[in-house]
Amino acid sequence: MNHNKVIQVEGLTKMFGDFTAVNAITFDIEKGEIFGFLGANGAGKTTAMKMLIGISNPTSGKANVAGFNVFTNAEDIKKNIGYMSQKFALYDDLTVKENITFFGGIYGLSIKRIKEKSEILIQELGLEKVANTLVGSLPLGWKQKLSFSVSLIHDPKIVFLDEPTGGVDPITRRQFWEMIYKAANQGTTVFVTTHYMDEAEYCDRVSIMVNGKIEALDTPKKLKEKFKAANMNDVFLKLARG
Amino acid sequence: MKRFIGFIKKEFYHIFRDRRSLFILFGMPIAQILLFGFAITNEINNVDIAILDHSKDATTKEIINKISASKYFSIKQIVTREADIASVFQKGHVKAVLNFEKDFSKNLIKEHKASVQIITDATDPNTANTISNYINAILLQYQKELNKDITITYQIVSETRMVYNPELKSVYMFVPGVMTIILMLVSAMMTSISITREKELGTMEILLVSPLKPFQVIVGKVFSYIFLSIINAVVIVMLSIFIFKMPVQGSLFLLALESILFIISALALGILISTISATQQTAMMISLMGLMLPVILLSGFIFPISSMPLPLQMISNIIPAKWFIIIIKGIMLKGVGLQFVWKETLILLGMTVLFIALSVKKYKIRLE
Repeated sequence: MNHNKVIQVEGLTKMFGDFTAVNAITFDIEKGEIFGFLGANGAGKTTAMKMLIGISNPTSGKANVAGFNVFTNAEDIKKNIGYMSQKFALYDDLTVKENITFFGGIYGLSIKRIKEKSEILIQELGLEKVANTLVGSLPLGWKQKLSFSVSLIHDPKIVFLDEPTGGVDPITRRQFWEMIYKAANQGTTVFVTTHYMDEAEYCDRVSIMVNGKIEALDTPKKLKEKFKAANMNDVFLKLARG
Repeated sequence: MKRFIGFIKKEFYHIFRDRRSLFILFGMPIAQILLFGFAITNEINNVDIAILDHSKDATTKEIINKISASKYFSIKQIVTREADIASVFQKGHVKAVLNFEKDFSKNLIKEHKASVQIITDATDPNTANTISNYINAILLQYQKELNKDITITYQIVSETRMVYNPELKSVYMFVPGVMTIILMLVSAMMTSISITREKELGTMEILLVSPLKPFQVIVGKVFSYIFLSIINAVVIVMLSIFIFKMPVQGSLFLLALESILFIISALALGILISTISATQQTAMMISLMGLMLPVILLSGFIFPISSMPLPLQMISNIIPAKWFIIIIKGIMLKGVGLQFVWKETLILLGMTVLFIALSVKKYKIRLE
């Protein structure tokens, strides 16, 4: 097994009854890579991602995440990945600090480590003034950034982001991507699904899913050349229209 | 263990920061106990009655005096014509009319028999029944006084003694019932709502992606609500002992153990409900309709099971609350030990195990 490949997927399939949600997808992701996972609504992105993070059982195929098999070692995978879902999923009725402490706790961090982490994290995000404020009263952009930081609290090998920038303003999106770059520079692999095609340009490589299949997979530059498109948006439209 | 403590801490933040759940948890039990204890009662006191006296002689006067001297009745009105009775009832205050026949005294002496008609307002049948029983008791008492000096052979005198609740206080009947309802409500409804809330908010997904095992999530929730339910049970028992002077005859320890068993069965039901409902609203509706109504109607709390039609009696057997009410009534009022309620305890235990098994089976480790 190649140790630089943190995610290896081969022929991964998910069926719901007769419906094939994910149809034999195959790809590899290297350590420290920012991998964009694109597709229209209902193309099977979220289902594919759920199989990789161990909360949905694949119907067939092979997949290794962080060196562990999704069929047999889902619990080991969970310790080595971070996840930020589409829905904002911190607790609104807990303060910033309490959220950090809680999530640090369920990932098994020591009390000392949680304290250090939460100080660094709050400082980096500039949330000193609201550290003891309920998260529910923070603006969405702050919540999303906090949510991302919390998903990295246990220094995971891979972080999965499911449409992390949905509904936030352009400035916050910019800042968010800076955070993603920083994490990737520190060696964390980033697996991100998105709707925004301009964000696809920021990724090292992107895959585009159409009707459960990966129809294209390469660097944004090569994809644009191949499809003779000016930007990723055109690439996407050409593929999605078939 | 550390993860577990963190999880419980979080549950308590949720509970104590949400006024609605705080109210359901602590306001409801106290309000219900006080309501059932003070306001809703089967006893009668100062019931307004009217008299229609056709003879107006010494005997009827004496009877009327006896009735008005009792604390149960106050004579509101004297009616002179039979035709007025209907209008007296229609006004609504008067619940009963005593109609003495003509020549009451004379008949009593000459024929050893005189009659008085008790007319009650049976729009509320229970009250009507109680009123007529009370009046009959007063009449009987008077009759006994009259016959004091005369020896009548072959006389059967029945003397009723109400054991375990000699004063027929209805709060004695309500406390076990209210305790059952509250424990059911807190345990089942609150757990199911709190689990579905995490599903709805998407935090359940985050928890399932974390190394926290699904059963740890459930145990964390269950633990918090067991703790709160026990506090509730203690509050209810204290209220009934100190405010309503209700004696707890049996062992408090046994009462506590049985309550915990019932709480666990309700919690398991709550988890089961959360596995089949996607939103908090659904969970609440299922808890209310599926648990509360049967508990109130079929557990024997208000309506005696033995007077239900056979199919309903059979259904009542599958309601855990029925068995729990039998058990705690036995312990609290009769002072019995485990040797008298082991059968019911075993049934409750069996149901609990079944519910736990079902909910573990239904609880999906992986969100599909």
